[in-house]
Amino acid sequence: MAEVTYEDGDEGKGAIYRVAGTVNIARAATTQREIDALPDPLTIDLSDINRMDTVGAWIVYRTVRDRGAKVIGASRDEVSLLKQVGEFDVPTRVVPDEPHDFMAVLRELGAWVAETGSTLVGLLGFFGATLIGFGNVIRRPKRFRLNAVVQRFDVVGVRALGIIGLMSFLIGIVVAQQGAVQLAQFGAEVYTINLIGRITVRELGVLMTAIMVAGRSGSAFAAQIGTMKITEEIDAMRTIGVSPVEALVLPRMMAATLMMPLLAFWAMLTALFGGGIFVWLSLGIPPLTYIQRLQEVIPMTDLWIALIKAPVFGFIIALAGCFQGMLVQGNSEEVGSRTTNAVVQSIFLVIVLDAVFAVFFSSIGWK
Amino acid sequence: MIPPGEVPPGCTPVITVRGLRNSFGEQVVHEDLDLAVCKGEILGVVGGSGTGKSVLLRSIIGLQTPDEGEIEVLGENMVGRTEDEAKNIRRRWGILFQNGALFSTLTVAENVEVPIREYFPFIKPPLLDEIASYKIAMGGLPPDAGPKYPSELSGGMVKRAGLARALALDPELLFLDEPTSGLDPIAAAAFDQLVRGLKERLGLTVFLITHDLDTLHSVCDRIAVLADKKVIGVGTIPELLALDHPWIQEYFNGPRGRSAAASYEKGATA
Repeated sequence: MAEVTYEDGDEGKGAIYRVAGTVNIARAATTQREIDALPDPLTIDLSDINRMDTVGAWIVYRTVRDRGAKVIGASRDEVSLLKQVGEFDVPTRVVPDEPHDFMAVLRELGAWVAETGSTLVGLLGFFGATLIGFGNVIRRPKRFRLNAVVQRFDVVGVRALGIIGLMSFLIGIVVAQQGAVQLAQFGAEVYTINLIGRITVRELGVLMTAIMVAGRSGSAFAAQIGTMKITEEIDAMRTIGVSPVEALVLPRMMAATLMMPLLAFWAMLTALFGGGIFVWLSLGIPPLTYIQRLQEVIPMTDLWIALIKAPVFGFIIALAGCFQGMLVQGNSEEVGSRTTNAVVQSIFLVIVLDAVFAVFFSSIGWK
Repeated sequence: MIPPGEVPPGCTPVITVRGLRNSFGEQVVHEDLDLAVCKGEILGVVGGSGTGKSVLLRSIIGLQTPDEGEIEVLGENMVGRTEDEAKNIRRRWGILFQNGALFSTLTVAENVEVPIREYFPFIKPPLLDEIASYKIAMGGLPPDAGPKYPSELSGGMVKRAGLARALALDPELLFLDEPTSGLDPIAAAAFDQLVRGLKERLGLTVFLITHDLDTLHSVCDRIAVLADKKVIGVGTIPELLALDHPWIQEYFNGPRGRSAAASYEKGATA
């Protein structure tokens, strides 16, 4: 559409860029390329155009600004459009300045350390606030919110039975099947029962339950409390005189702490059931023998270990979930990232603590 | 005054809606709704809460499929279009959503560049960045707003950034959904002037949903009133007052309506 003329005879006049038709955003890339290809001094002839939008005007304007081009043949409307876009000529910046060098890496590392440190201190503070809240409730039992706690029991505990039962049942089968394959090499299939019994009761039952509760309830705690932070519900509570720790955090903590051992016990039973089914169908060991063997091989301490670990894990999950929820500030995007943090943190802490417990219980002789 | 669906003399219709019906389950929001928007005008759309102003907007821009009726925008039929067909029309309009709807992971300048990149990928970065910058300036934002993220902006600035993005493709038609809600009166008045100025500069047609009586007085050429599931009247404020509809009377002659009218007349004569 553009017609380019070189006025060779006239010394110093340079190229003329004559455009016909439209100069608009749809032709912006082409127009700019054609202009860039022309030598200085440049004259832009607008006499044949019938429509120009602000992007077209901007291209003409910047050519005049940067290369001192001359514009001829512009109508009154076009001149005023050129003037108008000129008014909006401001320094161009698209992204914030971010130095990408060694210092930036150091700064990021420092910021990460500082943030981790303050998170840990904050977690400790939150733990303290929870204890104080708990103390207040014990001193004035009237402030205990029975309805809220019972409702959390339902959500955290009862409603998790199905998924945790199914998961543990399948894990029981998998442990039994894998164990049987390996032990068969030594002709010791019967020890599959030892494997199922000890691993599910001592470790897997409670650990898998903790992971499921972290994913199911820990995330929900963070998201619920975080959303309430954003909608200023928590602020409203405070101004009315209701302590958010007592109303929101304590019921969740209690629910997670008390429901975890029950769920873990349920998980053990279903895992043992799943393993028993496999052992019966695949190895031909009848259920009665299976139960008898379980009684012989699982020491009572295994169950104690699991039932001691479970409430601690539940508490950690609720603590991380509620704490991250309370940290939410500003926009809804933060609810998502804080929820992720809550789940990652609680699962990580649960596994670390599980290792600590394993060492501890071994060293006190509960083998 | 002419009926809402009819095109006034000397008017080129940009949007025409005929026999629109929208419902959600049992609840009917629009029934037999007619409306025409003329080229180069600012049409204000008012109505009580729940009269379906936003639903009307969503139907016109194709986010909501109506039960019945015809909608024509810029000469193209909007009902039952595929995504690809609708793309050509979407290029020609800009929309400012009520809460800005800026992409939160992009800076303001990058937000403005999104529609340009989508439709014109061959525009090179230096020119693209300059286009974004002057659009941001046109939206009435200071130059240092370009590299900021939406979370760093105040409510008024979010609206202006949204407007800059709506203007990115040099639209012929601009939809504004409650542009001054949540702004202080000074910022709201400045925004009104901005819209008016842009309309005159760029020859835009503006479809403006608002609750703001000051906006109606100072910016709108005509006003469409939504009530009883349809547009009960389109015209200037005096024309609408001639209609003896209780909601219109209450709205424009209530205490807020009268004070807005008084301050507007004072401003016009001063």
